Amino acid sequence: MRRFALIIVPYLWLVALFLVPFIIVLKISLSDYAVSIPPYTPLLDFSAGWEGLKRFFSQLDFDNFLFLTTDDLYWKAYLSSLKIAVVATFLTLLVGFPIAYGMAKAEESWRPMLLMLVILPFWTSFLIRVYSWMGILSQDGYLNQLLLAVGLISEPLRILNTNTAVYIGIVYTYLPFMVLPIYATLEKLDGSLLEAAEDLGCSRTSAFWLVTIPLSIPGIVAGCFLVFIPTIGEFVIPSLLGGSETLMIGKVLWDEFFSNRDWPLASAVAVILLLILVIPIVLFQRNEQKQREAEG
Amino acid sequence: MSAQTVFAPWTDPNEKPLIRFQGVTKRFGDFTAVDSIDLDIYAREFFALLGPSGCGKTTLMRMLAGFETPTEGTIWLDGQDVAPIPPNKRSTNMMFQSYALFPHLSVRENIAFGLKREGKSKDEIHARVEEMLRLVQLQKFAARKPHQISGGQRQRVALARSLAKAPKLLLLDEPLGALDKKLREETQFELMDIQEKTGTTFVIVTHDQEEAMTVASRVAVMDAGQLKQVATPPQIYENPNSVYVADFIGEVTILEGTARKDGEVYALDWAEGQPPILIRSALDLPDGSRGYVAVRPEKVEIHHEKPEDDNVLRGKIIDIGYLGNLSTYHVELANGQIIRAQNFNTERSTRQTFTWEDEVWVNFTTACGVLLES
Ligand SMILES: Nc1ncnc2c1ncn2[C@@H]1O[C@H](COP(=O)(O)OP(=O)(O)OP(=O)(O)O)[C@@H](O)[C@H]1O
Ligand SMILES: [Mg+2]
Repeated sequence: MRRFALIIVPYLWLVALFLVPFIIVLKISLSDYAVSIPPYTPLLDFSAGWEGLKRFFSQLDFDNFLFLTTDDLYWKAYLSSLKIAVVATFLTLLVGFPIAYGMAKAEESWRPMLLMLVILPFWTSFLIRVYSWMGILSQDGYLNQLLLAVGLISEPLRILNTNTAVYIGIVYTYLPFMVLPIYATLEKLDGSLLEAAEDLGCSRTSAFWLVTIPLSIPGIVAGCFLVFIPTIGEFVIPSLLGGSETLMIGKVLWDEFFSNRDWPLASAVAVILLLILVIPIVLFQRNEQKQREAEG
Repeated sequence: MSAQTVFAPWTDPNEKPLIRFQGVTKRFGDFTAVDSIDLDIYAREFFALLGPSGCGKTTLMRMLAGFETPTEGTIWLDGQDVAPIPPNKRSTNMMFQSYALFPHLSVRENIAFGLKREGKSKDEIHARVEEMLRLVQLQKFAARKPHQISGGQRQRVALARSLAKAPKLLLLDEPLGALDKKLREETQFELMDIQEKTGTTFVIVTHDQEEAMTVASRVAVMDAGQLKQVATPPQIYENPNSVYVADFIGEVTILEGTARKDGEVYALDWAEGQPPILIRSALDLPDGSRGYVAVRPEKVEIHHEKPEDDNVLRGKIIDIGYLGNLSTYHVELANGQIIRAQNFNTERSTRQTFTWEDEVWVNFTTACGVLLES
């Protein structure tokens, strides 16, 4: 009985916070747009009894999903989000790995402080931090002022409202998600393994590639997923830092919901996005489990 | 020819050592792990480092392998100062006390790791790895990862990996500790065999003094970062140079007293009202100085009747250790001290000749004990 109670808690959690909202969104995605409040039909009417329920289900259809295939805006947005997420994840890895490596190599007494510094930005609002990037990256922003003053450029660069700004924003925002899991694996790495590799004829560099990198793969994979998954549906960063060229599904979703008030179509977009995300999430879980098994 | 079969390069002043430690000190902060060591190790030696935990054995090895740099002093390898040579350029291989097996590689890949770095051909590597697997009896486990095998098997993988490259100098940090007795003895002889065949120089750390005695050409006894004695196993056993070494190696009884020269021998007054112990020694002790006599149990005879001999002591048996082939008797002497005497059980009888509480005589000859200074 107690075991049952222990197991049931996470499941209740999952049902309340994931399954119920998902079913509501799924239901809306199968409905039709209507000028009413809420802006879709049919509505579930329990007072009509069994007949009402039957009528309700007969009115649900997949029209919205079919519509998504007719307008190429949607699949282009999905693809573009995917591309931006992949590139941004890769860039975050490039920036994050050396940071994690440096932290793991740092003097033991320094590490808690370094860890603190990585987490520190979370203490201020995400929105404020993205806004401040607008101040840095804009035409007359701090970055351009600095570069002009140093004389590296003769006229201001256009960074804000381009994909570059979006990448900068994503790398900046999600960096801790990359750094922390990689740091965790690197810190556990037994230093005598590197000595053994050197003893057997490796240079420092080849020991890094043959020992450090393979052994930090679980952390790298975890970090990549933690960045990749939320990035795909990212809305705030592209809408604040991106420009007209930036096409991301999160922004499309927002527009459908709030500009067009087409809740059913927006829900269909969200359901597809979720289905796309299920694949990496399952892979991520697998990676975690494999790592646990290897350690256990 | 027969004269050359005795392997003792350390007695030959013309012989050049393979390794020379010259005033080597290693400090971690203000802690001295290795304290001004001078030591020569010769090519083809099987050199054993023996000492209590934390005395600096691993540190000494790590300096040879290149993972630590001496705080003071110089290490010479083959006449070359090793200080500027990084570990991967040294012709040494080390078996780590913690094994340090690569967890992401299989047993086979672990053993092949060093060979691949040498750029050998695939066939060569394969043949060598198979040979090593056979040697450590791990053919069946070649495809497993280190976490899928037992502790003893891991130790054998580590051993095989360090042997694979056939280095000039092999450093083994407690290579056999986790093996059971039979496998350990087999591997000891295997190591001696390899050493003879390949001419590799071995430096081995061990906690097991029997192992050191079995395999080593010379043994170094360390304590608190210092070398106490470096000698062949028989010398270490029969002629320890200090109470510490005598006590550390094998069983021993140590009797303390004041020494004085008495003709050809020294006389040690060890207890009031008792005749002194007479002992031959090359030491030069001033009369009245503190001295110790160390005597091994197998050199002490035990009798019911008082024998006509030197160093006959009266005592009472308070404990008997029966080991099958021999028995150890703990005999309490007049001053309350315990002396150990060993007797071979040459006759097949379950009836003990000596038993508890027996009043007995023990004796040892003047050449059988060792006189030591404090
Ligand atoms: N990196 C280090 N920093 C500080 N102290 C160290 C370091 N390495 C070793 N020591 C200390 O130096 C001393 C000698 O250590 P070492 O590992 O050489 O001992 P050992 O003789 O190999 O012992 P054991 O038989 O237990 O393996 C120990 O007291 C140890 O605590
Ligand atoms: Mg050690």
